[in-house]
Amino acid sequence: MLSRIRHDLTMAEAARGPGGARVDLLLVAEMVAPGAKVLDVGCGDGELLRLLAESRGVDGRGIELSREGVNECVAKGLAVIQGDADTDLSDYPNDAFDYVILSQTLQATRHPRIVIEHMLRIGRHGIVSFPNFGHWGIRLQLLLGGHMPRTDNLPYAWWDSPNIHFCTIKDFRQLCHVVGAKMEKAVALNAWGRALRFNAPWWFWNLLGEQAVFLLSRRN
Amino acid sequence: MIEAGLGVALDPAEREREADFPRSLVVRFGIDRPLRLDAGIDLAPFQIAYQTYGTLNAARSNAVLICHALTGDQHVANLHPVTHKPGWWETMVGPGRAIDTERYFVICPNVLGACMGTTGPASSNPVTGMPWGLDFPMITIRDMVRAQAMLLDHLGIASLFTIAGGSMGGMQVLQWCASYPQRVFSALPIATSTRHSAQNIAFHEVGRQAVMADPEWRHGRYFADGTNPRRGLAVARMGNHITYLSDAALHRKFGRRFQDRENPTFSFDADFQVESYLRHQGSSFVERFDANSYLYLTRAMDYFDLAADCDGVLAKAFKDTPTRFCVISFTSDWLFPTSESRATVHALNAGGARVSFAEIVTDKGHDAFLLDEPELFAIVRGFLEGAARTRGLDR
Repeated sequence: MLSRIRHDLTMAEAARGPGGARVDLLLVAEMVAPGAKVLDVGCGDGELLRLLAESRGVDGRGIELSREGVNECVAKGLAVIQGDADTDLSDYPNDAFDYVILSQTLQATRHPRIVIEHMLRIGRHGIVSFPNFGHWGIRLQLLLGGHMPRTDNLPYAWWDSPNIHFCTIKDFRQLCHVVGAKMEKAVALNAWGRALRFNAPWWFWNLLGEQAVFLLSRRN
Repeated sequence: MIEAGLGVALDPAEREREADFPRSLVVRFGIDRPLRLDAGIDLAPFQIAYQTYGTLNAARSNAVLICHALTGDQHVANLHPVTHKPGWWETMVGPGRAIDTERYFVICPNVLGACMGTTGPASSNPVTGMPWGLDFPMITIRDMVRAQAMLLDHLGIASLFTIAGGSMGGMQVLQWCASYPQRVFSALPIATSTRHSAQNIAFHEVGRQAVMADPEWRHGRYFADGTNPRRGLAVARMGNHITYLSDAALHRKFGRRFQDRENPTFSFDADFQVESYLRHQGSSFVERFDANSYLYLTRAMDYFDLAADCDGVLAKAFKDTPTRFCVISFTSDWLFPTSESRATVHALNAGGARVSFAEIVTDKGHDAFLLDEPELFAIVRGFLEGAARTRGLDR
């Protein structure tokens, strides 16, 4: 994830569980079956891959755009290659993985639909986490402030941001319909990366969730 | 023509003796154990010269094979017996280095066709008693690897913890993984490719023509005539050496600066520092390397094409491989550019292999893998540590 490589410590990054791991990554990890084969697209410094290897015993691989991130991962002994999620996912064969994870990277891709489609071709399941642009705080900044939102989770100025494809939870659900993905599970996280764990309609989550994590699979 | 600067610092007889009686470990294979060559010829008897560092553990699971490049040899981490210079990869291999000789048992053989003790055109032909010269059969990278496998059988090592090498050494690493995947636990192909490009072949051809154009080459029989195509080989080396550097590095090191003079002499002297540097590279090379070996080894690199053995589909070479790979390239390497490593990674991914791939930012060109590159060492160290944990090698 690009925003992880730039060293701004967002609230999500600061929110850590008892073991010291980021809460949102723990949630992603919970969705992965133990011992699975996993590809982390936009794996940053390899924190998620390390967590998955330690807590779920997965066979993990990664692909990351930034050279520093890749070299850091490889120096940690992780199987990570340098590559671009937009262009290099076509290199992977069908059904190569049990899970393909895209955490906090969707909004930085040039072709989100193609990326999701490749993910579900390459892996039996996809796990996508992204910041929800429909969160009430963001709506308020646009509505009342009249400017592009800046939050602790989205700290960049609009002219200096790697994030080019924002979406709301509602928008993401629509994309899933378009590509024919089945939404197996969905969790909304508040600003501190804690799960909103109660039954509520989608519009509620669209308003209150700062981030969302979706577990997807192929519809057929 | 080149003048002075081809000073004879070393005894040529000393170098020639190394070809048959190397100052390193040697294993001699008799007529009963021939090496089957791709050219369809059985080479027997033959010998392999090699060096080892460190200790093989009880489980025989910590062996590391280092494959040297075109002008390298087995003296990877010890003083060279002919040039008295440090080993060619002392930055990478040694106690506490990324390839730690206190932890791993490191083996570096001289390749088939070379001139530092393994059988090649400079070695004595047992039938004639004279060096083989151009009677030596054409050898390939696959032949080199086949010979190395025989060496490992002799040493009683069934499975290698890792194989590492750059350039031509990297080609051997990849060939090992294609030929003996079950014997290789992890692989480090550095600054290399799965085949020599047309441009690479072109540069080697220029080098070979320089050697063969030297009147002292005598169609490879210079040993019989008591001559030595030193000028041709020096020119070949100068040309090749330029491809090992980068434009930026050459400019940074030498620019247009003059060598020991204020003004140009308006002659063909080595006026520029870069000229003086290249002449030195050429002259020091011919002291330790055999001209015919140069021809044979450059040819082997030109013939190398891993995909050719699998109907042109590179991914097939690595299908279902159990080996873990760490592919490394350098940004300013224009001889084996990153695009080649990417193609290798692509094929490995398609074959389902476990791959790491890192591109290191440097302006030192192709030679960077031999030099002080902290990021390179961190990556190799990290990769090997991860592999060692999985293999169960204790600290």
